[in-house]
Amino acid sequence: MTVANAPALTSTGAGASPRRQSRSGFAKYLGLTPFAAYVVLFLAIPTVLAVTTGFFTEDGAFTLDNVAGIFAPNVLATFGSSFWVSAVTAVVGAVIGALVCYALLGTRAEGALRTVIDSLSSVLAQFGGVMLAFAFIATIGNQGLITVFLKGIGIDIFANGYWLYQLPGLIPVYIYFQVPLMIITFMPALQGLKATWAEANATLGGTPFTYWTRIAIPVLAPSFIGSLLLLFANAFSSYATAAALISQGAQIVPLQIRSALVSETVLGRENMAGALALGMIVVMVIVMWGYSVLQSRTSRWQR
Amino acid sequence: MRLGTEPTALTRWIILGVVGIIFAIPIIALLQFSFRDGLGGGYTLDHWTGLFGEDAARTYRGLFQAIGNSVVLAIVTVAIVLVILLPTMILVHLQFPKFKRVLEFICIVPITVPAIVLVVGLAPVYSIVVKIFGSGAWTLAFAYGITVLPYAYRAIQSNLDAVPVVTLSEAARSLGANWLTVLGRVLLPNLRRGVLAAAFISVAVVLGEFTIASLLNRVNLQTALLQVGQSDPWVAAIFALLALTFAFVLLLLIGRLARNRSDS
Repeated sequence: MTVANAPALTSTGAGASPRRQSRSGFAKYLGLTPFAAYVVLFLAIPTVLAVTTGFFTEDGAFTLDNVAGIFAPNVLATFGSSFWVSAVTAVVGAVIGALVCYALLGTRAEGALRTVIDSLSSVLAQFGGVMLAFAFIATIGNQGLITVFLKGIGIDIFANGYWLYQLPGLIPVYIYFQVPLMIITFMPALQGLKATWAEANATLGGTPFTYWTRIAIPVLAPSFIGSLLLLFANAFSSYATAAALISQGAQIVPLQIRSALVSETVLGRENMAGALALGMIVVMVIVMWGYSVLQSRTSRWQR
Repeated sequence: MRLGTEPTALTRWIILGVVGIIFAIPIIALLQFSFRDGLGGGYTLDHWTGLFGEDAARTYRGLFQAIGNSVVLAIVTVAIVLVILLPTMILVHLQFPKFKRVLEFICIVPITVPAIVLVVGLAPVYSIVVKIFGSGAWTLAFAYGITVLPYAYRAIQSNLDAVPVVTLSEAARSLGANWLTVLGRVLLPNLRRGVLAAAFISVAVVLGEFTIASLLNRVNLQTALLQVGQSDPWVAAIFALLALTFAFVLLLLIGRLARNRSDS
């Protein structure tokens, strides 16, 4: 087969070389146009539309009403709830996730244990969504496994009202996908701790305690806080789980965008979804900017 | 280890054991739920066997159709990654190294612009898409190609960085190969693992996607699951388990691909 192909290859090869000479100026950028066009149409335009529609009325006239609407007390309260849920689940997720990473220190990165934990973490962190909501309904729903079990020993987790389909119900489910995300993002940093640092610490008479307090923790701090920010952004922008658990209402910002999209005239304002999207983007850009600054500080010593 | 920088075996297994058990509970509960016989006590296999019964095709027609939609979306999304993203990444790597940072930035943007924000701007874009391409389920793949960008980019880029792409293509070119030959017979075989990993992770993302489909009033696996969950929560639980297991297997395969690479 190779022999039969060979002449054909050389002949097309020869035919191609004059064309290469002409590949200059704009022509050589032609290869980039499909991707550029695709990204403009389905990423740039939607993003620009999402953040600018808030500045216009349905008729296309400029207005600041929608954006001012973000500062209405009830909308601010929703942003507050979103911040609160994201912060709590990010901190809890980061601490538990970092503990798991510490426990995995010293295991082989290519070993079966790490491969399984990596894959499981990716699934739970990134693709759970609606399915995780189901799992928690089966666990701590009205007839859930744990609810029934705890009732059997005299504990009623819903004694103070039924909270799973309310704002507090998001917290256990969010933690369930935050911990795996922390494992994925923080493990490379922990893995990057160099054995020579521990040796240097020991040679200079340090104890394991001084190794962690004087070397490892200061070195890991930017990466830990960076991961914490990523977790915050992840919870802040998460929609599927919340939508599956809370079918009505607008307890967090993504759910408020839902009700704004479903009924265009929420709060008596048109294009409110655009204003809310703008508010979310501002928060996301600030948080992700912090994340990338901290990441680049981390990569400085990983080099 | 003597230096006290790594956990002892006991500490390690206590942490992994406790976290592991807590994280297993919701999945076990989901499995247990799929065997429940109504709201009473009792267990039954009916919900599982019902899927293979004679009436299944009719009873779960909506769900099966939604799964069909998601499979089509996964295929078209992978096609977008292979036809649009992959050639661009290779081209930038070979011919426009100065654009590398720009490309990376573009591919990471979808993390900062979450689906719930993107969907606000996608609604008007899709009213035009529908006019051009019709309202077929597959058209949603245009949006999903953007959603999978960060994942697919990372998978392909790590492979591109590990292979001497420039040297290989110059060698092939100097031996008289044209660009198609270089791409098909020299570069792609070397990038096989990264490309496969990108395809698998794209499939996993598409099968789990809910936000965009739901808010654009499209039907895919996840929106159908939520709908079925209202009337037949047991079947919804079964399909949630199957989908999670399938995604887990896909990601294990990706892990395998990466491991083989570091072995060789």
